Amino acid sequence: MKIQVRYFASLREALGSSEAIEVPAKITVDGLRELLWSRSEAHANALARGRAVRAAVNQGMSDGAVELSEGCEVAFFPPVTGG
Amino acid sequence: MASPRVTIQTADFDLSAEVAALRADDPGVGAVVTFTGTVRDRSDGPALHWMELEHYPGMTERAIEAMIDTARQRFDIRAARVIHRVGRLLPLDQIVLVAVTSRHRGEAFKACEFLMDYLKTQAPFWKKESSSEGAQWVDARTSDDAALQRWGIASGNQVS
Repeated sequence: MKIQVRYFASLREALGSSEAIEVPAKITVDGLRELLWSRSEAHANALARGRAVRAAVNQGMSDGAVELSEGCEVAFFPPVTGG
Repeated sequence: MASPRVTIQTADFDLSAEVAALRADDPGVGAVVTFTGTVRDRSDGPALHWMELEHYPGMTERAIEAMIDTARQRFDIRAARVIHRVGRLLPLDQIVLVAVTSRHRGEAFKACEFLMDYLKTQAPFWKKESSSEGAQWVDARTSDDAALQRWGIASGNQVS
């Protein structure tokens, strides 16, 4: 299935602001993060395990176990620094 | 037409105009509390040249809207307005406005502080600061998380 991935702040600077990608059905947020490691060295580094990365699915904060659906929008970003 | 409750914008804002709009035609209002955040040139470390604020269009507005709904449930307020600027800002610039109206001052004071504590911790904004030492992204602050916990809200920023 096809999904849209967006990045913000330092992740956007490293990876660009968004990309459309094809992923297996029933993949989770954590699964997507791991899958993205293979896209480039920059992805593997910016999204490495142990890095403080937060995620949102369809513009709501999400934990790593959430399953993605066709056409959804997933965003990865550092912990928010607030206003 | 009622003014929107949440606006994210690059442009500056006019406190007086916003307050006038917020309490217009509501004679039930007896108190208006506002908070204006401004860009500080930094109290420790090298002087700030500029800061850049980034948000997640759509998600940021929705998150703040939801927090205003929570504030309305918790406090006896009449109306609330949040304006947050994004993009490049300089020392002395205004960054954020929170305005709350209520019948009596107590509820407006509390709701205004509640919304501000929320904005400082949970709202999807990322801040980059530039000084003579270069530009860097600001880390999430735990002191602001502690401020939010006063209201019985855990920060989504905490590492699980």
